[in-house]
Amino acid sequence: MKKSIASLLLGTALAVTTAGAGFAQDKTVKIGALSDQSGLYADLGGPGSTLAAQMAVEDSGLAGKGWKIDIISGDHQNKPDIGTAIARQWFDVDKVDLIVDVPNSGVALAVNNVVKEKNGVYINSGAATSDLTNAQCSPNTVHWTYDTYMLAHTTGQALVKAGGDTWFFLTADYAFGAALERDTTAVITANGGKVVGGVKHPLNTPDFSSFLLQAQASKAKIIGLANAGGDTTNTIKQAAEFGIVKGGQKLAALLLFLTDVKAIGLETAQGLNFTETFYWDMNDQTRAFSKRFAEKMKNSAPPTMVQAGVYAGVRHYLKALEALGGNPHDGLKVVEKMKSMPTEDDLFGKGEIQPNGRTIHNAYLFEVKKPSESKGPWDFYKLVGTVPGDQAFTPLSESKCALLKK
Amino acid sequence: MQALYAQLLVGLINGSFYALLSLGLAVIFGMLNIINFAHGALYMMGAFVAYFLLNLGGINYWWALLLAPIIVGIFGMILERTMLQWLTGLDHLYGLLLTFGIALIVQGVFQNYFGSSGLPYAIPDQLKGGMNLGFMFLPVYRGWVVIFSLVVCLATWFLIEKTRLGAYLRAATENPTLVRAFGINVPRMITLTYGLGVGLAALAGVLSAPINQVRPLMGADLIIVVFAVVVIGGMGSIMGSIITGFALGVIEGLTKYFYPEASNTVVFVLMVLVLLVKPTGLTGRAA
Repeated sequence: MKKSIASLLLGTALAVTTAGAGFAQDKTVKIGALSDQSGLYADLGGPGSTLAAQMAVEDSGLAGKGWKIDIISGDHQNKPDIGTAIARQWFDVDKVDLIVDVPNSGVALAVNNVVKEKNGVYINSGAATSDLTNAQCSPNTVHWTYDTYMLAHTTGQALVKAGGDTWFFLTADYAFGAALERDTTAVITANGGKVVGGVKHPLNTPDFSSFLLQAQASKAKIIGLANAGGDTTNTIKQAAEFGIVKGGQKLAALLLFLTDVKAIGLETAQGLNFTETFYWDMNDQTRAFSKRFAEKMKNSAPPTMVQAGVYAGVRHYLKALEALGGNPHDGLKVVEKMKSMPTEDDLFGKGEIQPNGRTIHNAYLFEVKKPSESKGPWDFYKLVGTVPGDQAFTPLSESKCALLKK
Repeated sequence: MQALYAQLLVGLINGSFYALLSLGLAVIFGMLNIINFAHGALYMMGAFVAYFLLNLGGINYWWALLLAPIIVGIFGMILERTMLQWLTGLDHLYGLLLTFGIALIVQGVFQNYFGSSGLPYAIPDQLKGGMNLGFMFLPVYRGWVVIFSLVVCLATWFLIEKTRLGAYLRAATENPTLVRAFGINVPRMITLTYGLGVGLAALAGVLSAPINQVRPLMGADLIIVVFAVVVIGGMGSIMGSIITGFALGVIEGLTKYFYPEASNTVVFVLMVLVLLVKPTGLTGRAA
């Protein structure tokens, strides 16, 4: 009898403690926005990405439900060693739960390993390399917005099918350029085209004339730009100067952001075809969000697709935390929950996160408007076509991600 | 072979910018003994002033070529009067730190308001298009840049080395007290010289606005190469900096053709080699 009373008491006590633990579920979250804050990628990610994360936290309404969510930001200066050092410090000292943004594929891949080692959560929106969800995939990583496979299979494929069967590449000499050239080359050869040459240029090159002359001499029909940000804008401007497009060669801006088009100017950029997964002027929801966003930006710029991806990613992350009832501070658990929930937000619409961490949503083929067609300071794009997510991104059957082998 | 000619010419174009910028640095170092790390920021300001003149005042490229160097030059003279002049006689390091700080502040302010990806500036109508040289298609604007900067460089060299004003200047750096005794206002001359050096940087900025983006970090990216050019040419040597500027542009152009991966390091490799063999630079005199 005594024994049964004791066990009864013990049982009650246990029940109380577990229930107590349930109530006291930790509701603090710390988010780190890691980006290039002042270099050539700062306008497509940078401070705008931090703002996007802040807006996601505000819009989630979790603060009103007793959650305490902090955001800090860091500048990786496009250097992998600095990026990983910040990431380590964030996990070890600042107790960051989630790292977002991280443009520059070189830095992104390095940070990917740190997040995995520290069991944090990594929502990458800024980097392009498809390796993040392929050969180097991680159970702690979700890759939002775009990747090199998608760019190759949309813009690249469209150009080859339109008769552009010989290519010359201008490639940024680091992980991103290599990945984009590799994925695009695969598409070109699969569609019967041929790569006749290429040149690798250092990141952040002010003058492309030497490289452009080599591209011109190659007589390739398409000059593929496997670079980004300031490098792409300089290439396009200078290509116009050297009469490359007038000479009959076509430029393939495989990766072009809204801010790049602004920097080139419509006069030179008009007619370029490229792919993005988000544009501010798509529908009422994107316009409403972009208006709120631009009001808070110093230069009144609407969000780029990278910044939109940060917003959508953080929203989805917070939804997963809310569904879990608290923050377990366990990256694996949170990412698993994120993958089990379909994604839906105002900016990218409905989608899903695949087991390898790739977010699937629509991709859009755009063309840059003529100056006469543009009605406002950021009215740049014409929608040419929509590619459904399952055709734009790597099919799971082709993915080499180790997480898929179970 | 044709491709090689084209690369040589392209190298010469980039060399024009190196020459104009390193010339300004050499003038300032030679006359004021200041290592002007703000040079890149002032070059950037030149491009921005041209952009403002066009977009806010409707003032075209040709006027900008004249006005931007004057406006930025005045800004430079204010810097010299209010800050740099107090560093006379101190170690080089102080001037370097001060100007570096100024550069960071100026760049930071511009970046705050204009972001980092840059603003478009169109090539003036008169210089649009290009000509076929047989071995390459040369944009008229690029040709203009080479010729114009060559003229400006030689004029500056002439001003400093061959005129009476230049003689005063050189004398004032050798022995300011003595020159002052002849009734010449040395501090004012120093200020004007700094203004001239700064104006050259701004002029390079205007020239590059239609080619590169007008963006806050355009100078920061270039200035390190330009310093290497000055070191190779010999600190303070006017002709040395002009020749080295053009020569290094050509060498860099050739590297872009033969081994593009090394194109942004080749200048520094050369700098190391020159410093090992001749520490005063190719045309520098021993201090």
